[in-house]
Amino acid sequence: MSSKIYITGIGVISAIGNDVAETLASFEQLSSGIGELKHIRSRHKGVVPVGEIKATNAELTAMAGLGPDKESTRTALLGLIAAQQAVKSAGIKNIKELRTGIVSATSVGGMGITENLWMDYLDPEKSGPWLKYIEAHECGDSTEFIADALGIKEYLTTISTACSSSANAIMFGARLIKHGILDRVIVGGTDSMSRFTINGFMTLMILDKEECKPFDSQRQGLNLGEGAGFIVIESEKAAKGKEIYAELSGYGNSNDAYHQTASSPDGAGAFLAMEKALKVSGLKPSDIDYINAHGTGTAINDLSEGTAIDRIFSNKVPDISSTKAFTGHTLGACAAIEAVFSILAIKHNIIFPNLNYKNPMHELSFKPTISLKIDKKINHVLSNSFGFGGNTSALIFSRHK
Amino acid sequence: MEAYIKGLGIVSPQKTFDTNDFLSEVVEHNSKSLNCIEPSYKELLNPTLARRMSRIIKMSIAASTVCLRDAKIEIPDAIMTGTALGCLEDTEKFLLAIIENEEQFLTPTSFIQSTHNTVSAQIALQLKCMNYNFTYVHKGFSFESAVLDGLMTIAEGEAKNVLVGGHDEMTEKFYRVCDRIGYWKKEDDVPTMELFESKTSGSIAGEGAAFFMLSHEKTENCYAKLRGIKTIYKPESNIEIEAKISELLSSKGLTANDIDVVVYGINGDCRYDKTYNHLKDSLFKKSTSTYFKHLCGEYQTSGSFAMWMAAKMIKTQTIPSAVLIGKNKSKQIKNVLIYNTFLDTDHSVFLLSQC
Repeated sequence: MSSKIYITGIGVISAIGNDVAETLASFEQLSSGIGELKHIRSRHKGVVPVGEIKATNAELTAMAGLGPDKESTRTALLGLIAAQQAVKSAGIKNIKELRTGIVSATSVGGMGITENLWMDYLDPEKSGPWLKYIEAHECGDSTEFIADALGIKEYLTTISTACSSSANAIMFGARLIKHGILDRVIVGGTDSMSRFTINGFMTLMILDKEECKPFDSQRQGLNLGEGAGFIVIESEKAAKGKEIYAELSGYGNSNDAYHQTASSPDGAGAFLAMEKALKVSGLKPSDIDYINAHGTGTAINDLSEGTAIDRIFSNKVPDISSTKAFTGHTLGACAAIEAVFSILAIKHNIIFPNLNYKNPMHELSFKPTISLKIDKKINHVLSNSFGFGGNTSALIFSRHK
Repeated sequence: MEAYIKGLGIVSPQKTFDTNDFLSEVVEHNSKSLNCIEPSYKELLNPTLARRMSRIIKMSIAASTVCLRDAKIEIPDAIMTGTALGCLEDTEKFLLAIIENEEQFLTPTSFIQSTHNTVSAQIALQLKCMNYNFTYVHKGFSFESAVLDGLMTIAEGEAKNVLVGGHDEMTEKFYRVCDRIGYWKKEDDVPTMELFESKTSGSIAGEGAAFFMLSHEKTENCYAKLRGIKTIYKPESNIEIEAKISELLSSKGLTANDIDVVVYGINGDCRYDKTYNHLKDSLFKKSTSTYFKHLCGEYQTSGSFAMWMAAKMIKTQTIPSAVLIGKNKSKQIKNVLIYNTFLDTDHSVFLLSQC
């Protein structure tokens, strides 16, 4: 049970870039991906800004190297693109040479299409090739789409724990390796924009009508985003001789058990998740060089998370930022996208700025890092992700020695 | 990786809510969509909370509560559930409101309760349980993933008692939607007890919520020992399936001859019965054959009904006549194997033994 988990491949697509290189360039240029909604019809277009990927589904299908007849849900396509990048960067030629599985995460699944076709599904007079999307509604469908395209057969599963989903996918994948069930797992998550989530968050009154301001005392809420992130994790033995981006050294999962949607004011669940992750990694809080916070920009999350961080770090908080003002909140995909960011932070010794921050929160001891920082060696990164239903997760990525 | 099943609770289209009973009376639905027989929630749920809960949330909370009581556990060390469709009723409600009201005048309740992790979250919330909490949502592997996680969690040593569940509901609308792609039988009034003999395509819809307490230790109330689980994605041949089953059995020092009873996921759809027929006539020729989907219907987490049935058969050492295919060949029920599939893509094997 003491085996290490090595990261040998990474892939990401979000509002700030269709791949790792574009993503890094956006960070360096402080270029946010938040803007006006384009690719779906909604009454809220122009009212709430979003972090949308600048491509149509047809363009994404082509980007994934598929023929137009293979078009699937936006969730599945985004996931495939990120997973393909991860597999490519890991230099995998034959995916079946090792016991390889996929653990993906999503919160909306195929809702982006279901919401357009629902009334037609229910109308027996209407028919067409679009009936194939009925099965694509299920969350697991995007995972099977990715697995089939990549030739993964050994093990598949999908996790949905709201906005912490893909942190749990990474964690479960790592445990499958530690138990000797798999040698290598493609882990991550994917979610696309949908009217369902835009309206859902509207009813909760937690969408900012401007760009979100994580950890600012004047924060008004979050911006929704979409995207996917996948990483390739391997056992020590499987990764031998390969380029290693970083190690997944710690993970922790807990439940806040406070409210179905709101976090507890003291961040009890967040605290437990971080504490467990530190315990698994064997690190002390002072070993952490950078925290990629969940930092959604809602009044409740940032207070709850910030309070828990202050407690874990005894008010000596290292560099911390939320990257949500770049990408928007990508729900089930955010932890995987931010896992890629955390790995990049280690690889390039870079700390991403927390955009739109002006006014400190008096409740917290720390201020987030607001400009791009490239002068510090980053050995250990803590990445938090919390979701509805009290699901709280934390991951720790470490430099490979 | 093994664990003892020391408690269970299940709401299904059968009278399964009383943990002491084992299908003493079988309900013949004779319908193409089997709905759960709901218990009285009065002493199980806070009425104020229950009023806001959808059917699947209530059924799941009720089943998990019975399971906790049965196992005499107040707070489990971990909670993991599997659900392919999540909280369908709330999802549909919010979706329809968006469409009909053109994205205006919406209220949050159904959105909040629509997320797939609502059930495991609600259980945690009611118990104030801050421990590990996971929800798996992979079609016919949803419950199976939760079970595997349960076994892994016990094996890791820190958790002693983990609550594992599977739940899915069917709604009138989603039944109609799935009917459009050939999920269900076309004939009217399907006699459910004759599902096994069916020669037509399509199955009958089902639903249910079943919870199990997996434990590191054997107790007096122990139902069965869960020995292992395997999932097979899109198997290419019977050889591959047999190899995977043998792999699981041999890792426990068993062969097919040691399996007293096999629980098959036969669902009456002639397109998908070839694997079951093959296993029944080859590897498990000597075992007693049983099936269950005529009792609970077809749904992605039906493996949880099968696991309940296997655990009850082992504990009571009885096989209800309603689930038998052919003759009961077993004098004793030591080892039970479940073979279940969903749509021929997601296949799963469970192995349970006497404690």
